Amino acid sequence: MEKTSKKRKKTFTRRAFLKGLGGSAAGTALASKFLRRGLAAPPQEMEAAPVHSQKTVTFSVNGRTVSLEVEPRETLLDVLRQKLNLTGTKKTCDRGECGSCTVLLDGQPVYSCLYPAIRVEGKTVTTIEGLAYGDELHPVQQAFIDKDGYQCGFCTPGFIMSSVALLNRNQKPTFPEIKTALSGNLCRCGNYVKIYEAVRTASERMRKA
Amino acid sequence: MKNFKIAEPKSIEQVSGLLSKGGEKVSLMAGGTDMLSEIKEGVAEPDLVVDLSAMKELPFIRKNRDGMHIGAMTTLADLASDPAIRSDYPGLYEAALSVGTPQLRNVGTVGGNLCQRPRCWYYRDAKFLCRKKGGSQCFATRGRNKYHAIFGGGICHIVYPSDLAPMLIALDAKVVVVAPGGEKVLPLSEFYTLPSKNVRRENILNPNEFLREIRIPPPKKGERSTYMKLKERGTWDFALVSAAVKATAGGNSFNDVKIVLGGVAPIPWRLEKVEQGVMKKKLSESMIKETAGAALQEARPMEENRYKVALVEALLVRSLLSIA
Repeated sequence: MEKTSKKRKKTFTRRAFLKGLGGSAAGTALASKFLRRGLAAPPQEMEAAPVHSQKTVTFSVNGRTVSLEVEPRETLLDVLRQKLNLTGTKKTCDRGECGSCTVLLDGQPVYSCLYPAIRVEGKTVTTIEGLAYGDELHPVQQAFIDKDGYQCGFCTPGFIMSSVALLNRNQKPTFPEIKTALSGNLCRCGNYVKIYEAVRTASERMRKA
Repeated sequence: MKNFKIAEPKSIEQVSGLLSKGGEKVSLMAGGTDMLSEIKEGVAEPDLVVDLSAMKELPFIRKNRDGMHIGAMTTLADLASDPAIRSDYPGLYEAALSVGTPQLRNVGTVGGNLCQRPRCWYYRDAKFLCRKKGGSQCFATRGRNKYHAIFGGGICHIVYPSDLAPMLIALDAKVVVVAPGGEKVLPLSEFYTLPSKNVRRENILNPNEFLREIRIPPPKKGERSTYMKLKERGTWDFALVSAAVKATAGGNSFNDVKIVLGGVAPIPWRLEKVEQGVMKKKLSESMIKETAGAALQEARPMEENRYKVALVEALLVRSLLSIA
C-alpha cells in the first residue's frame, strides 16, 4: 500500500486532481450535514442503544469521501453498485460463496454482499475502480491482462482485489500462499493456472518497481 | 429482503437491555456472514438486529494466568494470526484457519462461529417447514441426507457446522454467558443441546442471553492438539467429518486424550469410548481402527450418509497418529 501511494503522488494527473477535489467538496458538504444532525441529537446515555431504520454513513471509497443514507438491509455491495454506480464489483451468488464481490475494507478483503452497509461508517473501501492511477493500471491489473488471467472476466475484479490484498501484505508470496489468499474466489471458466501466473508476475514486477 | 431495524449497542448493559425488551423478534448479529444469509433466504425474519460490531470491549485475545481469554467478537483472522494461540493451541490455530475463506475470516467472529445456525439444506430453504422452523417433520429422514447426522439425530438430523466448537471442547474451553441477572461460566461441552431437548435451537442460550467470552485453560506439559477436516473439495467447505484431538503424551502413548468430532451430529460429538480405548496404550493404525470400529457401532447412518462412518475411522487414525 505504502509503495503505491508514493507512486500516486508522482503520477498525479490533472484529471485525478479535479476528480479528487469534486469528491472531497461533496464529502465536506454532506459531512457537515451529518455533523449537525449528530449535535442536534441528545447526548447518548447508558440506558438506550441507538436504533436505526436508516442511517447516514460517511466513508471513503477509492480515496473519495462519500456520505449517504442506507437502510439496515442494504449490503455494501448494493450500495456500491446502485447508489455509487461502482459496478466493477460484481454481484454473482450474493451469498458469500463466489468472491466476485470482494472489496478491500480498511485494506482487508471482504465479501461486500455479506457486509451491512450501515457498518461502513468511518471505514475505507477500495474497489476495482480505485486501483488504477489515471491511465496507468495497477500492476496486478496489468499482469492479469499480460498473462491472460481471465476468460469471461466476471470473476476478475474479485480475484484482483484478493490478489492486491495479498501483495500489499506479502510482496513475495509462495505458491501455497497465493492459493490460500485466492481460496475465497471462484472462476467458473477454470482459469486458475493463468490467474496464479498473473499474481506471480505482478509480485515480481511490484518488487522490481 | 425483509427490512429490519438495527441497534448499535456500545456496552454489555445495552445489549442485555435490547435482548430483554421483548415484543418484537430480536436477533443478535456478530460478524453477520451467517445471519445476513439467513435473512436473505427468508429463514430468519427479525424485526430488530442487534449488531455487536460497535462493541469495542468484545474483540480481544488475552493470555492470563488461568489461560487464554478470547472475546466473542474477535475475528477468525485475528484468532488464526495470534502467535500465542498458534504456539499454545496448535489445533485451535488449524481449526480457525479451516473456517471459510480469507474474506469470511476477516469478518466472521469466534462468537458467531460458535452460535451459527446449521447448514441443513431443508432448514436453509424457507419452503421447507421442518421441525427446526416449527414444522412437524425432518425432511432429511426420507429425503436427501448425504450431509446429515450419523449420531444423535432422532427428530432432526442437522450437523453442527462449527470448526471451532469441537476443538474448543477438546481443549476444555469454558464460555462466559451474559444473562440479565449476571454472568454464568459453563463448559462449552454443556453449551450445545440435542434436538431431543429443544429442536428449535442448538445451544442453551435463552433469548435474553448472549455469549461474551471463551476461556481455555493453559496447556499442560506435553499437550498436543490437532484439528483435521475432511471436505468434499480442496478449497473451502463445511466439514463432511472433522476431528479435534487433544492429548498429553507420556513416553510413546497418551496419558490423557480427548476426541471431539464435527460434521457427524447436531452437536460436537465426543467419542469417550475411543478415548478410553486408546489411552495409555501404544498407538497403531490397526489398534485405532479396532477401537473406533467398536465405538462406531453406535452410529445410525441414513440412506446417503453411511460413508461418514468410514471417514470417521480414517480421520481418527490420521489425527491420533499425527500427534502421537
